[in-house]
Amino acid sequence: MTQRQITLIVNDRGHELWVAPSDTLLDVLHDELGLADVRYGCGEGVCGTCTVLLDGEPVNGCLTLAVQAAGHQVTTMRGLMGPGEALHPLQECFLRRGASQCGFCTPGMVLTALDLVRRTGRPTRAEIRYALVGNLCRCTGYTKILDAVEEYADR
Amino acid sequence: MRLLASSEEAKILAGGQSLMPMLNLRLAHPELLIDINPADRRPPSVAGGLLRLPALTRHRVLLEHDLVRQHCPLLADAVRYVGNVRVRNRGTIGGSLAHADHTSEIACCALATGAHVVVRGPDGDRAVPVGELFAGYWTTTLASAEIITDVLIPVARPRQGWSFHEMVRRTSDFAIVAVAVMVDLAERTGELAAARVALAGVADRVVLADPALITASTAEEDLDAAAARIAERLEPSDDVHASGEYRRRLARVLSARALRQAVARATGEST
Repeated sequence: MTQRQITLIVNDRGHELWVAPSDTLLDVLHDELGLADVRYGCGEGVCGTCTVLLDGEPVNGCLTLAVQAAGHQVTTMRGLMGPGEALHPLQECFLRRGASQCGFCTPGMVLTALDLVRRTGRPTRAEIRYALVGNLCRCTGYTKILDAVEEYADR
Repeated sequence: MRLLASSEEAKILAGGQSLMPMLNLRLAHPELLIDINPADRRPPSVAGGLLRLPALTRHRVLLEHDLVRQHCPLLADAVRYVGNVRVRNRGTIGGSLAHADHTSEIACCALATGAHVVVRGPDGDRAVPVGELFAGYWTTTLASAEIITDVLIPVARPRQGWSFHEMVRRTSDFAIVAVAVMVDLAERTGELAAARVALAGVADRVVLADPALITASTAEEDLDAAAARIAERLEPSDDVHASGEYRRRLARVLSARALRQAVARATGEST
């Protein structure tokens, strides 16, 4: 397939890339840019492991084409971190609460929860559950994730 | 439009929350994919008694936009059940209707409200009632060179009530059965002047119950009896998610619940 050149702005850095029109945003972020915090899970938009923020809103990296993201702001979990890979306060809450075990779902959880708190301030526990329904975790049983998000919203 | 007419095998990419999974799973392999996302940025608007929702209106906008909440609260409420936050950020009303899923909450509401879609083709625009849009599982009556540009929904009226109920195993799953109801009460008698009961998950497409099955009385036992008649007429099939018999039972229970709630809202006894 004919490749075309696009500019992707990822975590505030511009990248000139040649991509196939059929490449998903996930393909390019993970395979081309080496961002291991954006992950292939289900390929159907159900599991949430490929979550990225597109102009600040959570979207499925696996269901967005890379060419569609050209010129837009893409944020992965790594983009939340400070200089020297300093943890974001929400990541600190995840650590303190034991909300991350194998870690595969964590970037999607963090980005989705951050969007929720930015929009609603102090979400109820039910609202956190509802917002995170599309992010599957097979380790924690979710309770500690809810605790971590509540702690972050309360800070 | 020229691109769309150039290939019988072209597919239109709107929000991509159904088509992209089909591509990822290799269930669809169109020879041409046309991304319409940059083509239209109109917001929802109201004119001539109709709420106009451009086809690319995202689910999140349906959920949050004041005009939708005011003029079609049924849709604003039901969209809560659609997908997850990522799906709602990208998915569109036009794409959802064109996908023609038989469990679609949005299609179910469109049918209950008596919505039309505006369809653009090589010969110009035409309005199609949503009841004539679906041809079966994931199939519409549209020609291959046609595209949905807008959804037109009659705005909410006084003495009108609405309700949406669905059953799912897990939040965000496809509905096992969903029911959307719109009722109008007669001004003088307070009886039902019109009742539209749309059901999803009970056939190869979303279906509208025969209005003749619903009598004018708003007494709870009469609404329950109407729901029973509606369910009796259905012939839902078995699948891995639920048996046909269970779906029919859900259709009865949810229709009764929704009819009661819609009437209560129309009389101002419920919000």
